[in-house]
Amino acid sequence: MSSSYLPVLILLGLSAVNAVGMVVASQILNPRRATSEKDMPYESGMVPLGDTRARFSVKFYMVAISFIIFDLEAIFLIPWAVEMRTLGWEGFAVMSIFLAVLVVGLVYEWKKGGLDWE
Amino acid sequence: MVLDFSSNADYIWALLPEILLAIWAMGVLLAGVFTEDNDSDAPGDATTLGWLSLLGLLVVAAANGWVYGAVEGDGSPMIAMDGFRFFANWLLLAGAALTILLSFPYLTRQRLQIGEFYALVLLATLGMMFMASARNLILLFLAIETMSVAAYVLTAFNRRDRKASEAGLKYFLLGAFSSAFLLYGIALVYGGTGTVNLQEIGEAVARGGAFSPLVLGGMALLAIGFAFKVAAVPFHMWTPDVYEGAPTPATAFMSAAVKAASFIAFVRVFMEAFPALHDTWYPVVWWLAALTMIIPNLIALTQTNVKRMLAYSSVAHGGYLLVALAAANHMAMGALLFYLLIYSIMNIGALAVVMVVANHDEEALDLEDYAGFGWKQPVLATAFTVFLLSLAGFPGTAGFMAKIFILQGAVESQLWTLAIILALVTVLSYYYYLRVAWYMWMRPGSSEERHVRVWAPIPMRAGIVGVAALLIFLGIFPGGLLDGALDAVQGLAAGVPAAELVSGLPDSP
Repeated sequence: MSSSYLPVLILLGLSAVNAVGMVVASQILNPRRATSEKDMPYESGMVPLGDTRARFSVKFYMVAISFIIFDLEAIFLIPWAVEMRTLGWEGFAVMSIFLAVLVVGLVYEWKKGGLDWE
Repeated sequence: MVLDFSSNADYIWALLPEILLAIWAMGVLLAGVFTEDNDSDAPGDATTLGWLSLLGLLVVAAANGWVYGAVEGDGSPMIAMDGFRFFANWLLLAGAALTILLSFPYLTRQRLQIGEFYALVLLATLGMMFMASARNLILLFLAIETMSVAAYVLTAFNRRDRKASEAGLKYFLLGAFSSAFLLYGIALVYGGTGTVNLQEIGEAVARGGAFSPLVLGGMALLAIGFAFKVAAVPFHMWTPDVYEGAPTPATAFMSAAVKAASFIAFVRVFMEAFPALHDTWYPVVWWLAALTMIIPNLIALTQTNVKRMLAYSSVAHGGYLLVALAAANHMAMGALLFYLLIYSIMNIGALAVVMVVANHDEEALDLEDYAGFGWKQPVLATAFTVFLLSLAGFPGTAGFMAKIFILQGAVESQLWTLAIILALVTVLSYYYYLRVAWYMWMRPGSSEERHVRVWAPIPMRAGIVGVAALLIFLGIFPGGLLDGALDAVQGLAAGVPAAELVSGLPDSP
């Protein structure tokens, strides 16, 4: 049974050797002539505007956190919606409880001013 | 009412205390944010929401008692319905209630967000209650995370305080690290036995999966994860910094309820899933217990900061509790619950007096600041002396009886060396506990005005004095509570091979 996977193992080994070999070979073979353009983070990309560790407003974090929560809500809601008829009223009740808990969080965030941009 | 968990509705009855607590916590959160005045700079009033939270805890405790008394059934593969769970729930609720009762002035003075603080305490308690009831490693892990995340936030709750932020970050990083150990342990145990249910793991292990390297590795990682959570030496490094840096009410809550919940989960996992491997994990717990008793007690001797001294004392008390786990018999399990309850209330009481002396701030925590406190505030100082004596295990206090019961459990399993270490370090610990009392009563204060006016409102004062009175009462009449605890742990240690206990365990690994 395991012998049928032998080609996969060979492929895995070959691709690993190939990938490592290309990196190593280019390290050994290529000439290095550093110029300021080549040393930029994105060679032939945009010219960097400043330090990457710029400070930006904490408000973006609020949006990101809210997004994650509602994103996860969608992840739970869609499978339930697909199987809604088989899950029946019990599934509906469980989903309602889940949404009620989320709504408590939303009301809290709203009241706390987390949804105001200014 | 008999529950067989044939329908999902049975879970509503079995989890009634937890459900009520979850609803109440959300209610407190919303009540807090709706009564909050964003425009004014005046400190909020902590008492209204505090009483609301206390009422909730009382309702939950009553529901817990009702389920304990009126509902029968063996529990389901997910949750246990045994006395261990319900006794532990009461213990954790008592810890949360005392924390809330004693935090009114602190929250007001430090201008902390009151609704959030109480909601987090209640939600952490919810996680702890699930830790006490979980019979499934995945549910257990979720419960531990519910508790831990709330505890991280409580540690860093005072965002204006740099030390609290540092403590919060430290706690978060190390806590996440220990959670990873736990999770990896759960994965290995699942790999070795094919189940995450504690009882089924126990059966699989007893059938002879004992020497499977997967199970042993998983058990070792679980032990490390729990040792982090209960702050056993050598996994205790985070404890003093976190306990010292956190706001004092959060310190009280963490050193009492969070620690108790971690111990309860530790005990349930090792008694239900791995009793057959007792002779394998027993040397590990033996060493953890011995180190955790000796090292923090030695370090505490040199502490001059009282809050930090109490942090080391908290670590040391974890060592006494580990003795009970190493002994793993019926008496030791009952003693463990008894000890956890006594330890929780006396530690919260002591930290409440620390709050009063420090004037609900994070300064004035040194021994020198206690000079002259005794004669200026005799009531509070007497209560504090009772807490210190009880923490030290002085005869006549509940702390003494708790240690005696642990010793009794240890002796029943013939752990002579551990029993002797426990007795010796107890004598050693008298020095640093009584030194605080000595400063309080025997040293004159730095000035005449110092300690004349302290801020301890009636509920806080009543809480402190009540706990002190309870400690004295239980020190003289411990029988009723001990019987309750022994009743609650009926059958918990039954899986540990009995033959081993008759012939006696090897006294040292």
